[in-house]
Amino acid sequence: MSVDPSWLPPLGIAIPLVGACIVLALAKLAPRLVIDVVAMTTTVVSVGAMALLFAATSAGRVVTWVGGWTPRDGTSVGIVLAADQIGAGFALLACVLTACALSYTWRYFDDAEAHVHVLILLFMAGMVGFSLTADLFDLFVFLELMSATAYALTGHKIEEPRSVQGGFTFGVVTSLGAYFTLAGIGILYARTGQLGMPQIGAALDRHGMDALVLAALVLVLTGFLVKAAIVPFHFWLADAHAVAPTPVCVLFSGVMAPLGLYGVLRVSTTVFGGVLPAGSLHGTLLVLGIITAALGATLCLMQRHLKRMLAYSTIAHLGLFLVALATVTASGVAGAVIYVFGHAGVKGALFLMVGVLLARKGNVDEFALYCKGRDERLTKWLLPLGALALAGLPPFGTGLGKALSEESSGLIVLFVLVSAATGGAVLRASLRIHFGLGPRPDDTDVDTTKGEGEEQEGRFPQRLPATMIGAIVALLTGGLLVGLVPMEAIGEGAQRFLDRAGMLAQTLGGAPASAIGSVDVEWTWSGVVLGLLSAALAVGIGFVGVHFGLGRLRAALKTPLHVVHRLHSGHVGDYAAWLVFGMAAVGALFVIT
Amino acid sequence: MTRSARWIVFWLGAGGVGVLIVLALLKMPSFGGLVHPYRELSVPAAIGRSSPNIVSSVNFDQRALDTLGEETILLGSVVGAAALLRPSKDEREQLDQDEGRVLEATKLLGYLLLPVTLIVGADVVTHGHLTPGGGFQGGVVLATAVHLLYVAGSYKMLRRVRPKSWYQVAEAVAAGAFVVLGLVGLLLTGAFLANIFPRGVLGDLFSSGTVFYLNVAVGAEVTSGVVVLLSGFLAQALSVREVR
Amino acid sequence: MSLLPYFVAGWLLLIGCFGVVRSRDLVHTVVCVAIAQSGTYVLLLSIGFQYGASAPVQGAPGPVVDPVVQALTLTDIVVSATVTALLLALVIQIAKRTDTVDPDELDELRG
Repeated sequence: MSVDPSWLPPLGIAIPLVGACIVLALAKLAPRLVIDVVAMTTTVVSVGAMALLFAATSAGRVVTWVGGWTPRDGTSVGIVLAADQIGAGFALLACVLTACALSYTWRYFDDAEAHVHVLILLFMAGMVGFSLTADLFDLFVFLELMSATAYALTGHKIEEPRSVQGGFTFGVVTSLGAYFTLAGIGILYARTGQLGMPQIGAALDRHGMDALVLAALVLVLTGFLVKAAIVPFHFWLADAHAVAPTPVCVLFSGVMAPLGLYGVLRVSTTVFGGVLPAGSLHGTLLVLGIITAALGATLCLMQRHLKRMLAYSTIAHLGLFLVALATVTASGVAGAVIYVFGHAGVKGALFLMVGVLLARKGNVDEFALYCKGRDERLTKWLLPLGALALAGLPPFGTGLGKALSEESSGLIVLFVLVSAATGGAVLRASLRIHFGLGPRPDDTDVDTTKGEGEEQEGRFPQRLPATMIGAIVALLTGGLLVGLVPMEAIGEGAQRFLDRAGMLAQTLGGAPASAIGSVDVEWTWSGVVLGLLSAALAVGIGFVGVHFGLGRLRAALKTPLHVVHRLHSGHVGDYAAWLVFGMAAVGALFVIT
Repeated sequence: MTRSARWIVFWLGAGGVGVLIVLALLKMPSFGGLVHPYRELSVPAAIGRSSPNIVSSVNFDQRALDTLGEETILLGSVVGAAALLRPSKDEREQLDQDEGRVLEATKLLGYLLLPVTLIVGADVVTHGHLTPGGGFQGGVVLATAVHLLYVAGSYKMLRRVRPKSWYQVAEAVAAGAFVVLGLVGLLLTGAFLANIFPRGVLGDLFSSGTVFYLNVAVGAEVTSGVVVLLSGFLAQALSVREVR
Repeated sequence: MSLLPYFVAGWLLLIGCFGVVRSRDLVHTVVCVAIAQSGTYVLLLSIGFQYGASAPVQGAPGPVVDPVVQALTLTDIVVSATVTALLLALVIQIAKRTDTVDPDELDELRG
C-alpha cells in the first residue's frame, strides 16, 4: 500500500492528537498499563509516519494545502505545510525522542497519572506541526502549543518549590517572547496582507527593506530566540531543565530548543531572504552564537548540580549550532542539523543517566555524590562515554556535526574549546561520582544551586527496569549511528532548505519539485583529528578539574564569576529585563552588520 | 541582580525597542485604510461555502488548522492545570461543613438566570456559522451557566452536578471529534480538515458544511474544558486541605 | 492621528514588560503578561479596521472589516486565557511551597 506523501504532514499532527484524546478519555477507567501501551503505540505510529515522510522528501519538497485550499493564480486563503528533509527530519527526531522518553517513563513516575502522557503527546504534536508548517501564524500557534504543554510538564513535581518556580519563570519569559513574535506577525500582515511564509516573502520582495521590515524581523525572531535559549534570552533554560522531570528534559534539550533555531533560520530565509542582506544575517547570528557558546561553556564548567550542568552544556551547543547556521550555506546548515541530531541522542542519554542517579541516590549534586556511584554498573561506563561523545569523539554524530560545522564556519578554536569544556565538565563529575578520583570536593560557594533536595523520581533500589536501560542505550546508539550512517539526505535537504526561489515556486505556483544538488557530509581526516583533539582536551579538563577542584579555579576568577552567577538570579523580573535588552541588541546588531 | 542594575538593563532595552517600534509604526499603512488583501480573498470564499459569519468560516474552514492547534492548546492547558492543581502528597480534599449563607435575592437571580444562560450558550454555539459567536464564545457561556449553581446554591451542589471525570471524558471526546472530522476529510477528499458536508442553503441551520459540526465540537470541548479548569481552582480555594 | 491605535498597541506591549520587571507579586506578574498580550489584540484589530465598514457578517451593509485578524485575535485570546490559567496554577503552588509570592524572596534557582 502506498500513501500519498501529501497526507503525511497532516497525519503527523493528527496522530498524536488522536492518541492524546484516547489516553485522556481512558484516564480514569483503564489501568496504567493500557495508558502506557496506547501512548507508546501512538508514538510508534507517528515515528513510522514521519519516517515515511522523510523518505518521501528525497523526491522533493512535500507541499500540502490544509482543507484543500490549493492556490488559484498564486493566492489562497488556506494554510500550507511544506516539508523538506530538514523539517521532516526534525519531526522525525521529535517523534523518536518522545518514544524514548515515554519508554523511560513507563516505570519512572511512580504516581504518574495519565496527565503526563497526554501532555507529552500534545507536546509532540506541537513540535511536529512547528517543523512542518510554512504559515507564519500557524508557526506561532504551534510554538504556543509547545510552550503551554512545556510549562505544565516543567512544573509537574508540585511538591518541590524549585520545580514550580522554574516552570513559572519559563512560562513568563517564553510567553512574553511569543507575544513579541505575534506583534511582528501583525506588522508583517499590515504590510503584506498575507500570513503564509512564501506569500509574505513574495510580497516583501516587491516592497524592499525599511524600518518596518527590520522591526518585524526583530520582533518575530524574539520568540524563537527565547525558545532556542540564545544569550541574553537563555536564562529560563537552566532553571527549567534543572527542575523538569528527567524524560521531559530529553525532549527540551534534544529537540525543543534546537527547533527554536530552526524557526529562526526558516523565517529569516523564507520570509526575509529576499530583502535582508546576507551579510547582515550572517553577522548578527554569528555574534549571538559565539557569545552563547562561550557563556554556556563557562557556566557548564562551574556547575555542581548535574542537570544544570547538562542544561548549560545545551546552551553552549545551541550557540555552536547557531554559529554553523549563521553561515547560511548548505554545508553549514547540514553540519548544524547533523550536530543537532547527534547531540539529541547523546544529551538525551546523559540526562536519562542523571535521572538514574537521581532515582537511585536521591541526589544530583556532584559533590554530595562523591564516591557514591562506585556500584553503579550502567552509568559507571556509559556516563564517561557519553561525556566524550558530547566533546565530539569520532565516530559519534556529535563529532561529525562538529567537524562539518567547524569546517564551514572556520571557527575551529571555538568549536574545539567549547565542546571540550562541556564534555570535560561531565567527565569530571563522572570521575568523582563513579571512580572517587581526586580529593573530596569542598566548596563553600553560595552562588550556585546545589543538587541536593531534588525530589527523588521513582524508586528502584534493586534493579533498573529494562525500559529505562533500553531508552538510554537506544539514545546513545542513535547518537552513534548519526555519525556512521551516510547522511546524503541531510546534505540535499540543506540545499533545498535554502532554495528560496524553489520553495516559492512550488508552494505558490504549484511548480514541480526541482532537482537540486547536494553537499558532502562525510568524515574528513581533519575532522577526525579535531574530534579526537576535543575528546583528549575533555579528558584533560576532567582530570584537572577533579584534582584542582572548582574551589581553586573559582578563587582565581572570583570577581568575574561572581558577576556572571549573580546575573543568573532566578528572578523573573531580571529575565524580562534581559529579554527587552536582547531585542534592542539584536536590532542594533542587524543595523551595524 | 540588584534592583538598580535590573532597571538599567530594562531602560537600555526599552529605549532601543521603543525607538525601533516607533520607527516601524510610522511606516504602517494608515489606520482604517481600504487595502486588505486577505479580506478580498476570504470574504468570497466564505460566501461560496454558505457561511455568513465570515470569522467562523476563517476559523473553521479556511484556516481550520490554526483552530485545531488553538483547541489543542486549550486541551493541553486544561490537562496541565489539572495536573498542577492536583492535591499534593500531604493534601486531601475535605469539604467544609459550614458553607456560609447565600442571600435569597442572589439565589432567586441565579436560578432564574441558569436556564437563560444555558439557552443563550447553546444558541451562540449552534448558530456560530450564521451570526457572531461560535464554539468558543458559546462554550464559555455554557460553562458559566454551570457555575451559577455555585453562586446561587452551594459548592456541594456544584460538585454533585459536575462529576469532574465525566467532563474530562467529554473534553477528550469533543477534542477527538475535531481531529476525526479532519481525518474524515482526508480520507474522502485527500485534504485534511476539508469541508466535506453538504453546504446547504445560505442562512439555514444545517449549512456551511463542516463549519457547523466543528463549532459544536469546539463548543462541547470549551464547556467541559472550562468546567474542569475552574474545578481545579475552586478545589484549591475551597476543599484541598493539608493533612498531617 | 491615524497611527494612534498602533502606538497604543506598542505601548501596551512594553508597559506589560515594565510591569513584569517591576513586579513585587507573582499574581501581578501574571496580569502584566496578560496586558502585554492585550497589546497584540489591539494591534491585530486595528490593522484590520476600515472606516465605515461593518462587522464581517454577510448581509451587513457596505464593505466589512478584515475578518482574518478577528479570527487571529480569537485564537490569541484563547492562548492568553489558557496561559494565564497555567501561570496562576503555578503561582498557587509557589505560594503553598514557599509561603511567598514576592519574586525578590524566591532565590532557590541561581548561578
